[in-house]
Amino acid sequence: MPQRRTVGLALIAAIALLVALDIGASRPLDPFRAPPPAALGSGAAPSGAHCAAAPG
Amino acid sequence: MLLTRTGLVLLALVVAAFLALFVGLRFAILFLVGVGFGLTLEGLRFGFAGPWKALVVRRDGRGVMAQLLAIGLTAAVALPLLAAAPGELMGAHAPVGAAMIAGAFVFGACMQIVMGCGSGTLVNAGSGNALGALALLFFIVGSFLGTLHLAWWTNLASLPVLTLSGLLGAEGALAATLAGLAAVAVVVGLRAEKGARLPQGRLFLAAALLAALAILNLVVAGQPWGIVYGLGLWGAKVATAAGADLSQTAFWAGPGNAERLASSILTDVTSLTNLGLVAGAFIAARWRRVMDPPPARPAARLVGGIVVAALLMGYASRLAFGCNVGAFFSGIATGSLHGWAWFAAAFAGSILGVRLLAWLQAAPRRAAGLEPAR
Repeated sequence: MPQRRTVGLALIAAIALLVALDIGASRPLDPFRAPPPAALGSGAAPSGAHCAAAPG
Repeated sequence: MLLTRTGLVLLALVVAAFLALFVGLRFAILFLVGVGFGLTLEGLRFGFAGPWKALVVRRDGRGVMAQLLAIGLTAAVALPLLAAAPGELMGAHAPVGAAMIAGAFVFGACMQIVMGCGSGTLVNAGSGNALGALALLFFIVGSFLGTLHLAWWTNLASLPVLTLSGLLGAEGALAATLAGLAAVAVVVGLRAEKGARLPQGRLFLAAALLAALAILNLVVAGQPWGIVYGLGLWGAKVATAAGADLSQTAFWAGPGNAERLASSILTDVTSLTNLGLVAGAFIAARWRRVMDPPPARPAARLVGGIVVAALLMGYASRLAFGCNVGAFFSGIATGSLHGWAWFAAAFAGSILGVRLLAWLQAAPRRAAGLEPAR
Protein backbone atom coordinates (compact mmCIF):
# COMPACT_ATOMS: atom_id res chain seq x y z
CA MET A 1 0.00 0.00 0.00
CA PRO A 2 1.33 3.49 -0.83
CA GLN A 3 2.27 6.02 1.81
CA ARG A 4 -0.45 8.37 3.04
CA ARG A 5 1.34 11.47 1.80
CA THR A 6 1.66 10.00 -1.69
CA VAL A 7 -2.03 9.12 -1.81
CA GLY A 8 -3.10 12.54 -0.52
CA LEU A 9 -0.90 14.36 -3.02
CA ALA A 10 -2.09 12.15 -5.89
CA LEU A 11 -5.70 12.84 -4.98
CA ILE A 12 -5.18 16.59 -4.79
CA ALA A 13 -3.34 16.51 -8.12
CA ALA A 14 -6.21 14.56 -9.71
CA ILE A 15 -8.77 17.04 -8.38
CA ALA A 16 -6.64 19.98 -9.56
CA LEU A 17 -6.52 18.42 -13.04
CA LEU A 18 -10.30 17.98 -13.03
CA VAL A 19 -10.79 21.62 -12.01
CA ALA A 20 -8.32 22.86 -14.64
CA LEU A 21 -9.95 20.86 -17.44
CA ASP A 22 -13.37 21.98 -16.24
CA ILE A 23 -12.38 25.65 -16.33
CA GLY A 24 -11.41 25.19 -19.96
CA ALA A 25 -14.67 23.47 -20.85
CA SER A 26 -17.12 25.58 -18.84
CA ARG A 27 -18.52 29.08 -19.17
CA PRO A 28 -15.70 31.59 -18.53
CA LEU A 29 -15.23 32.73 -14.95
CA ASP A 30 -16.36 36.30 -14.36
CA PRO A 31 -15.73 37.73 -10.88
CA PHE A 32 -17.63 40.88 -11.83
CA ARG A 33 -20.84 38.85 -12.11
CA ALA A 34 -20.25 36.99 -8.87
CA PRO A 35 -22.97 37.11 -6.21
CA PRO A 36 -22.47 39.26 -3.09
CA PRO A 37 -20.04 37.79 -0.53
CA ALA A 38 -22.88 36.60 1.72
CA ALA A 39 -26.36 35.45 0.83
CA LEU A 40 -27.79 36.78 4.10
CA GLY A 41 -28.60 40.43 3.55
CA SER A 42 -28.11 40.25 -0.19
CA GLY A 43 -31.78 40.46 -1.05
CA ALA A 44 -31.30 37.67 -3.58
CA ALA A 45 -32.79 34.19 -3.48
CA PRO A 46 -30.30 31.35 -2.98
CA SER A 47 -29.17 30.04 -6.35
CA GLY A 48 -26.92 27.15 -5.39
CA ALA A 49 -27.79 23.48 -5.72
CA HIS A 50 -28.19 21.09 -2.79
CA CYS A 51 -28.61 17.34 -2.49
CA ALA A 52 -31.91 17.85 -0.64
CA ALA A 53 -33.43 19.75 -3.56
CA ALA A 54 -36.01 18.04 -5.75
CA PRO A 55 -34.76 16.79 -9.13
CA GLY A 56 -34.98 19.31 -11.94
CA MET B 1 9.09 23.03 1.55
CA LEU B 2 5.50 23.22 0.28
CA LEU B 3 4.58 20.30 2.50
CA THR B 4 5.65 21.98 5.72
CA ARG B 5 2.91 23.22 8.04
CA THR B 6 3.30 26.86 7.08
CA GLY B 7 3.63 25.97 3.41
CA LEU B 8 0.39 24.02 3.40
CA VAL B 9 -1.56 26.78 5.10
CA LEU B 10 -0.09 29.35 2.70
CA LEU B 11 -1.03 27.15 -0.25
CA ALA B 12 -4.66 27.02 0.93
CA LEU B 13 -4.67 30.80 1.30
CA VAL B 14 -3.21 31.20 -2.21
CA VAL B 15 -6.04 29.06 -3.60
CA ALA B 16 -8.55 31.21 -1.68
CA ALA B 17 -6.93 34.39 -3.04
CA PHE B 18 -7.15 32.98 -6.57
CA LEU B 19 -10.84 32.26 -6.03
CA ALA B 20 -11.47 35.72 -4.60
CA LEU B 21 -9.78 37.43 -7.54
CA PHE B 22 -10.93 35.30 -10.46
CA VAL B 23 -14.22 33.74 -9.32
CA GLY B 24 -15.70 35.82 -6.52
CA LEU B 25 -15.30 36.51 -2.83
CA ARG B 26 -18.24 34.30 -1.84
CA PHE B 27 -16.57 31.30 -3.47
CA ALA B 28 -13.27 32.00 -1.72
CA ILE B 29 -15.04 32.13 1.63
CA LEU B 30 -16.82 28.85 0.93
CA PHE B 31 -13.54 27.15 0.04
CA LEU B 32 -12.09 28.33 3.35
CA VAL B 33 -15.20 27.09 5.17
CA GLY B 34 -14.55 23.71 3.56
CA VAL B 35 -10.92 23.84 4.71
CA GLY B 36 -12.26 24.50 8.20
CA PHE B 37 -14.52 21.47 7.98
CA GLY B 38 -11.58 19.30 6.90
CA LEU B 39 -9.28 20.62 9.61
CA THR B 40 -11.94 20.06 12.26
CA LEU B 41 -13.01 16.59 11.15
CA GLU B 42 -9.50 15.21 10.62
CA GLY B 43 -7.64 17.30 13.16
CA LEU B 44 -10.05 16.63 16.02
CA ARG B 45 -11.07 13.18 14.76
CA PHE B 46 -14.76 13.94 14.63
CA GLY B 47 -16.73 11.46 12.54
CA PHE B 48 -20.17 10.07 11.86
CA ALA B 49 -19.83 6.43 10.75
CA GLY B 50 -17.24 5.52 13.40
CA PRO B 51 -19.24 6.79 16.40
CA TRP B 52 -22.37 4.98 15.20
CA LYS B 53 -20.36 1.77 15.06
CA ALA B 54 -18.83 2.51 18.47
CA LEU B 55 -22.30 2.90 19.97
CA VAL B 56 -23.51 -0.37 18.45
CA VAL B 57 -20.43 -2.49 19.07
CA ARG B 58 -18.71 -1.04 22.15
CA ARG B 59 -21.59 0.87 23.74
CA ASP B 60 -19.52 4.06 23.41
CA GLY B 61 -21.89 6.99 22.94
CA ARG B 62 -19.44 9.86 23.13
CA GLY B 63 -19.11 10.46 19.40
CA VAL B 64 -22.87 10.33 18.80
CA MET B 65 -23.44 12.74 21.70
CA ALA B 66 -21.01 15.15 20.02
CA GLN B 67 -22.93 14.84 16.75
CA LEU B 68 -26.20 15.65 18.52
CA LEU B 69 -24.56 18.65 20.20
CA ALA B 70 -23.22 19.96 16.87
CA ILE B 71 -26.63 19.62 15.23
CA GLY B 72 -28.38 21.27 18.18
CA LEU B 73 -25.98 24.22 18.20
CA THR B 74 -26.45 24.66 14.47
CA ALA B 75 -30.24 24.44 14.74
CA ALA B 76 -30.30 27.04 17.53
CA VAL B 77 -28.96 29.63 15.07
CA ALA B 78 -30.04 28.26 11.69
CA LEU B 79 -33.76 27.92 12.40
CA PRO B 80 -34.21 31.54 13.57
CA LEU B 81 -32.09 32.73 10.63
CA LEU B 82 -34.22 30.79 8.15
CA ALA B 83 -37.35 32.28 9.69
CA ALA B 84 -35.91 35.81 9.53
CA ALA B 85 -34.65 35.64 5.94
CA PRO B 86 -36.80 33.16 4.02
CA GLY B 87 -36.12 34.86 0.71
CA GLU B 88 -32.35 34.71 1.09
CA LEU B 89 -31.70 31.42 2.89
CA MET B 90 -33.08 27.95 2.34
CA GLY B 91 -32.99 24.81 4.45
CA ALA B 92 -32.14 21.23 3.49
CA HIS B 93 -35.77 20.32 3.04
CA ALA B 94 -36.84 17.18 1.18
CA PRO B 95 -39.82 14.84 1.14
CA VAL B 96 -40.01 11.65 3.16
CA GLY B 97 -40.67 8.76 0.81
CA ALA B 98 -40.18 5.04 0.28
CA ALA B 99 -37.10 5.48 -1.90
CA MET B 100 -35.74 8.10 0.50
CA ILE B 101 -36.01 5.75 3.47
CA ALA B 102 -34.61 2.79 1.54
CA GLY B 103 -31.77 4.96 0.27
CA ALA B 104 -30.89 6.07 3.79
CA PHE B 105 -30.93 2.44 5.00
CA VAL B 106 -28.58 1.36 2.21
CA PHE B 107 -26.36 4.39 2.83
CA GLY B 108 -26.11 3.55 6.52
CA ALA B 109 -25.15 -0.05 5.78
CA CYS B 110 -22.62 0.89 3.11
CA MET B 111 -20.94 3.65 5.13
CA GLN B 112 -19.94 1.03 7.71
CA ILE B 113 -18.38 -1.16 5.02
CA VAL B 114 -16.60 1.81 3.44
CA MET B 115 -15.62 2.95 6.95
CA GLY B 116 -16.59 6.50 6.08
CA CYS B 117 -19.77 8.45 5.37
CA GLY B 118 -20.13 11.35 2.93
CA SER B 119 -17.79 13.70 4.76
CA GLY B 120 -15.79 10.75 6.13
CA THR B 121 -14.94 9.48 2.67
CA LEU B 122 -13.63 12.90 1.67
CA VAL B 123 -11.64 13.14 4.91
CA ASN B 124 -10.22 9.64 4.57
CA ALA B 125 -9.19 10.30 0.99
CA GLY B 126 -7.74 13.72 1.74
CA SER B 127 -5.74 12.41 4.67
CA GLY B 128 -4.09 9.89 2.37
CA ASN B 129 -6.00 6.68 3.03
CA ALA B 130 -5.72 4.66 -0.19
CA LEU B 131 -8.95 2.75 0.40
CA GLY B 132 -10.65 6.08 1.15
CA ALA B 133 -9.45 7.47 -2.18
CA LEU B 134 -10.73 4.38 -3.97
CA ALA B 135 -14.07 4.70 -2.16
CA LEU B 136 -14.31 8.38 -3.14
CA LEU B 137 -13.92 7.50 -6.81
CA PHE B 138 -16.80 5.03 -6.70
CA PHE B 139 -18.85 7.31 -4.45
CA ILE B 140 -18.63 9.93 -7.21
CA VAL B 141 -19.70 7.40 -9.85
CA GLY B 142 -22.60 6.25 -7.69
CA SER B 143 -23.75 9.80 -6.95
CA PHE B 144 -23.78 10.60 -10.66
CA LEU B 145 -25.68 7.42 -11.56
CA GLY B 146 -28.18 8.25 -8.83
CA THR B 147 -29.00 11.56 -10.51
CA LEU B 148 -29.96 9.73 -13.70
CA HIS B 149 -32.73 7.78 -11.98
CA LEU B 150 -33.71 10.18 -9.21
CA ALA B 151 -36.90 11.41 -10.86
CA TRP B 152 -38.16 7.83 -11.24
CA TRP B 153 -37.39 6.96 -7.65
CA THR B 154 -38.99 10.10 -6.24
CA ASN B 155 -42.21 9.33 -8.12
CA LEU B 156 -42.66 6.28 -5.93
CA ALA B 157 -44.63 6.64 -2.71
CA SER B 158 -43.66 9.98 -1.25
CA LEU B 159 -45.09 12.58 1.10
CA PRO B 160 -44.90 16.30 0.35
CA VAL B 161 -41.99 18.23 1.85
CA LEU B 162 -42.75 18.61 5.56
CA THR B 163 -40.82 20.93 7.83
CA LEU B 164 -41.12 21.54 11.53
CA SER B 165 -41.28 25.28 10.83
CA GLY B 166 -44.24 24.71 8.55
CA LEU B 167 -45.99 22.52 11.11
CA LEU B 168 -45.13 24.29 14.35
CA GLY B 169 -43.87 27.76 13.44
CA ALA B 170 -40.30 28.98 13.88
CA GLU B 171 -40.14 28.84 17.67
CA GLY B 172 -41.98 25.53 17.82
CA ALA B 173 -39.60 24.07 15.23
CA LEU B 174 -36.56 24.95 17.34
CA ALA B 175 -38.16 23.64 20.51
CA ALA B 176 -39.18 20.39 18.79
CA THR B 177 -35.75 19.93 17.20
CA LEU B 178 -33.90 20.45 20.49
CA ALA B 179 -36.38 18.20 22.31
CA GLY B 180 -35.92 15.50 19.66
CA LEU B 181 -32.14 15.70 19.92
CA ALA B 182 -32.39 15.55 23.72
CA ALA B 183 -34.61 12.47 23.48
CA VAL B 184 -32.07 10.76 21.24
CA ALA B 185 -29.33 11.74 23.67
CA VAL B 186 -31.25 10.04 26.48
CA VAL B 187 -31.53 6.84 24.43
CA VAL B 188 -27.82 7.01 23.57
CA GLY B 189 -27.02 7.59 27.25
CA LEU B 190 -29.03 4.53 28.25
CA ARG B 191 -27.30 2.42 25.61
CA ALA B 192 -23.78 3.65 26.37
CA GLU B 193 -21.56 2.23 29.09
CA LYS B 194 -20.85 4.33 32.15
CA GLY B 195 -17.88 6.56 31.36
CA ALA B 196 -18.61 6.51 27.63
CA ARG B 197 -21.49 8.97 27.58
CA LEU B 198 -20.06 12.48 27.72
CA PRO B 199 -17.84 13.52 24.80
CA GLN B 200 -14.16 14.20 25.36
CA GLY B 201 -12.95 17.81 25.25
CA ARG B 202 -11.76 17.57 21.66
CA LEU B 203 -15.23 16.42 20.58
CA PHE B 204 -16.90 19.33 22.41
CA LEU B 205 -14.54 21.67 20.58
CA ALA B 206 -15.16 19.93 17.26
CA ALA B 207 -18.94 20.12 17.72
CA ALA B 208 -18.74 23.86 18.41
CA LEU B 209 -16.45 24.46 15.43
CA LEU B 210 -18.60 22.38 13.08
CA ALA B 211 -21.70 24.28 14.18
CA ALA B 212 -19.96 27.63 13.62
CA LEU B 213 -18.76 26.56 10.17
CA ALA B 214 -22.17 25.14 9.23
CA ILE B 215 -23.85 28.43 10.20
CA LEU B 216 -21.24 30.38 8.23
CA ASN B 217 -21.93 28.08 5.27
CA LEU B 218 -25.63 28.91 5.52
CA VAL B 219 -25.07 32.65 5.84
CA VAL B 220 -22.61 32.83 2.94
CA ALA B 221 -24.05 30.28 0.52
CA GLY B 222 -27.69 30.76 1.40
CA GLN B 223 -28.05 27.03 1.86
CA PRO B 224 -26.85 24.47 4.41
CA TRP B 225 -23.71 22.35 4.27
CA GLY B 226 -23.94 19.53 1.76
CA ILE B 227 -21.66 16.99 0.15
CA VAL B 228 -23.36 14.75 -2.36
CA TYR B 229 -24.54 17.24 -4.97
CA GLY B 230 -20.99 18.31 -5.67
CA LEU B 231 -19.77 14.76 -6.11
CA GLY B 232 -22.58 13.94 -8.54
CA LEU B 233 -21.72 17.11 -10.44
CA TRP B 234 -18.09 16.03 -10.74
CA GLY B 235 -19.26 12.71 -12.18
CA ALA B 236 -21.54 14.53 -14.61
CA LYS B 237 -18.66 16.76 -15.70
CA VAL B 238 -16.49 13.74 -16.48
CA ALA B 239 -19.36 12.02 -18.31
CA THR B 240 -19.96 15.13 -20.38
CA ALA B 241 -16.28 15.42 -21.21
CA ALA B 242 -16.40 11.78 -22.33
CA GLY B 243 -19.16 12.65 -24.79
CA ALA B 244 -22.36 11.92 -22.85
CA ASP B 245 -25.34 14.17 -23.64
CA LEU B 246 -26.96 14.79 -20.28
CA SER B 247 -29.39 17.38 -21.63
CA GLN B 248 -31.80 14.53 -22.31
CA THR B 249 -31.91 13.42 -18.69
CA ALA B 250 -34.62 14.73 -16.39
CA PHE B 251 -32.18 15.76 -13.67
CA TRP B 252 -29.53 17.54 -15.68
CA ALA B 253 -32.06 19.13 -18.05
CA GLY B 254 -33.56 21.01 -15.08
CA PRO B 255 -32.67 24.73 -15.26
CA GLY B 256 -30.69 24.84 -12.01
CA ASN B 257 -28.73 21.69 -12.69
CA ALA B 258 -28.10 22.60 -16.34
CA GLU B 259 -26.72 25.91 -15.12
CA ARG B 260 -24.36 24.13 -12.71
CA LEU B 261 -23.26 21.75 -15.46
CA ALA B 262 -22.46 24.62 -17.82
CA SER B 263 -20.63 26.62 -15.15
CA SER B 264 -17.29 25.94 -13.54
CA ILE B 265 -17.04 23.66 -10.54
CA LEU B 266 -15.49 26.66 -8.81
CA THR B 267 -18.89 28.37 -8.76
CA ASP B 268 -20.71 25.40 -7.21
CA VAL B 269 -21.29 25.72 -3.49
CA THR B 270 -20.99 22.08 -2.45
CA SER B 271 -18.06 21.44 -4.79
CA LEU B 272 -16.12 24.27 -3.17
CA THR B 273 -16.70 23.06 0.36
CA ASN B 274 -15.84 19.53 -0.77
CA LEU B 275 -12.58 20.76 -2.31
CA GLY B 276 -11.78 22.67 0.84
CA LEU B 277 -12.65 19.67 2.98
CA VAL B 278 -10.18 17.45 1.13
CA ALA B 279 -7.51 20.13 1.39
CA GLY B 280 -8.22 20.67 5.07
CA ALA B 281 -8.02 16.95 5.81
CA PHE B 282 -4.70 16.75 3.97
CA ILE B 283 -3.32 19.71 5.92
CA ALA B 284 -4.50 18.28 9.25
CA ALA B 285 -3.00 14.88 8.49
CA ARG B 286 0.35 16.46 7.55
CA TRP B 287 0.11 18.81 10.51
CA ARG B 288 -0.28 15.94 12.91
CA ARG B 289 2.38 14.14 10.90
CA VAL B 290 0.25 11.07 10.49
CA MET B 291 2.96 8.60 9.68
CA ASP B 292 1.10 5.35 9.98
CA PRO B 293 3.19 2.42 8.88
CA PRO B 294 2.12 1.25 5.42
CA PRO B 295 -0.90 -0.95 6.13
CA ALA B 296 -0.86 -4.56 5.10
CA ARG B 297 -2.32 -5.21 1.70
CA PRO B 298 -6.06 -5.62 2.27
CA ALA B 299 -7.79 -8.76 1.16
CA ALA B 300 -9.31 -8.61 -2.31
CA ARG B 301 -12.65 -9.49 -0.81
CA LEU B 302 -12.56 -6.43 1.45
CA VAL B 303 -11.46 -4.15 -1.40
CA GLY B 304 -14.23 -5.51 -3.59
CA GLY B 305 -16.73 -4.96 -0.78
CA ILE B 306 -15.60 -1.35 -0.35
CA VAL B 307 -15.87 -0.66 -4.09
CA VAL B 308 -19.41 -2.04 -4.31
CA ALA B 309 -20.46 -0.35 -1.07
CA ALA B 310 -19.05 3.03 -2.16
CA LEU B 311 -20.90 2.80 -5.46
CA LEU B 312 -24.15 1.93 -3.68
CA MET B 313 -23.51 4.61 -1.07
CA GLY B 314 -23.25 7.29 -3.74
CA TYR B 315 -26.37 6.07 -5.52
CA ALA B 316 -28.35 5.70 -2.31
CA SER B 317 -27.37 9.14 -1.09
CA ARG B 318 -29.14 10.67 -4.09
CA LEU B 319 -32.32 8.72 -3.40
CA ALA B 320 -32.12 9.68 0.27
CA PHE B 321 -31.80 13.40 -0.56
CA GLY B 322 -28.43 13.60 1.09
CA CYS B 323 -25.85 11.84 3.20
CA ASN B 324 -24.95 12.19 6.86
CA VAL B 325 -24.23 15.86 6.17
CA GLY B 326 -26.92 17.03 3.74
CA ALA B 327 -29.76 14.98 5.27
CA PHE B 328 -28.81 14.07 8.85
CA PHE B 329 -26.82 17.11 9.98
CA SER B 330 -28.30 19.85 7.79
CA GLY B 331 -31.75 18.32 7.40
CA ILE B 332 -32.37 18.08 11.14
CA ALA B 333 -30.64 21.39 11.87
CA THR B 334 -32.92 23.21 9.42
CA GLY B 335 -36.13 21.50 10.53
CA SER B 336 -36.73 18.98 7.75
CA LEU B 337 -38.64 15.85 8.76
CA HIS B 338 -36.67 13.90 6.17
CA GLY B 339 -33.57 14.44 8.31
CA TRP B 340 -35.16 12.51 11.18
CA ALA B 341 -36.42 9.76 8.88
CA TRP B 342 -32.94 9.57 7.36
CA PHE B 343 -31.37 9.20 10.81
CA ALA B 344 -33.65 6.33 11.83
CA ALA B 345 -33.29 4.44 8.56
CA ALA B 346 -29.53 4.98 8.24
CA PHE B 347 -28.89 3.91 11.82
CA ALA B 348 -30.83 0.69 11.23
CA GLY B 349 -28.80 0.15 8.07
CA SER B 350 -25.63 0.86 10.00
CA ILE B 351 -26.33 -2.04 12.36
CA LEU B 352 -26.49 -4.34 9.35
CA GLY B 353 -23.40 -2.72 7.85
CA VAL B 354 -21.34 -3.34 10.98
CA ARG B 355 -22.10 -7.05 10.69
CA LEU B 356 -21.36 -7.11 6.98
CA LEU B 357 -17.98 -5.43 7.53
CA ALA B 358 -17.10 -7.92 10.28
CA TRP B 359 -17.93 -10.73 7.87
CA LEU B 360 -15.82 -9.17 5.10
CA GLN B 361 -12.86 -8.69 7.43
CA ALA B 362 -13.11 -12.05 9.16
CA ALA B 363 -13.38 -14.24 6.09
CA PRO B 364 -9.70 -14.00 5.06
CA ARG B 365 -8.59 -14.61 8.67
CA ARG B 366 -10.71 -17.73 8.86
CA ALA B 367 -9.31 -18.91 5.53
CA ALA B 368 -5.80 -18.43 6.95
CA GLY B 369 -6.73 -20.38 10.06
CA LEU B 370 -6.26 -17.37 12.32
CA GLU B 371 -9.64 -17.64 13.97
CA PRO B 372 -12.35 -20.24 14.06
CA ALA B 373 -15.39 -19.91 11.86
CA ARG B 374 -18.60 -19.00 13.67
